[in-house]
Amino acid sequence: MNVEFAPGDQVRVRDDYPPGHIRTPVFIRGKTGTVTRVFGEFGNPELLAIGRDGNPKKTLYEVRFKQCDIWPDYDGPGTDTIDVDIYNHWLEKL
Amino acid sequence: MRAPHDIGGLPGDAIDTKPHDLTFWEKQVDALHVLIGDDKRRIATRDENRRYVESLGEDVYNTLGYYERWTAAMTRQLIEKGILTQDEIDAKVAEIRARLEAAGEIEE
Repeated sequence: MNVEFAPGDQVRVRDDYPPGHIRTPVFIRGKTGTVTRVFGEFGNPELLAIGRDGNPKKTLYEVRFKQCDIWPDYDGPGTDTIDVDIYNHWLEKL
Repeated sequence: MRAPHDIGGLPGDAIDTKPHDLTFWEKQVDALHVLIGDDKRRIATRDENRRYVESLGEDVYNTLGYYERWTAAMTRQLIEKGILTQDEIDAKVAEIRARLEAAGEIEE
């Protein structure tokens, strides 16, 4: 398995807006978080969505973000977090 | 570009979290979706269905219910892949409508 990131790594989500079926929600693009889990390899949903076989597979990570880093007007505790599942090709190591 | 399904962070109304039973036709749509994507047929993947649902356009997306979106998406897929034609679908819909009307099962 091609594992580029490990739990604890700081990563930045790509701030791109390509057409097609994209699993990375818009609200998290461009944000910085910390890898918390490696789920494993799965067929690339962007390719499966256009009828391809999904290869090469992509590694899926769980990334934890601070809520106050995501929402400019967040007024909850600074320790609040949100976890988002993101494929490796949407992540850049910091 | 933000597609109509990708609404995280946007202002919105309260979410209805009450569980509700699926109707028979919703279960049929779900079953059809499984059948066209199974290992024997491989007509469409779950991700393909998502792509079609997400590309219905904002007006249609927000007008249709969940399984109505699935139905619209599967219809486009089956037509684009050459499995059904719009004429065949229209003829079948007319046939079923006539049958239900004759049985008094359609409320206008």
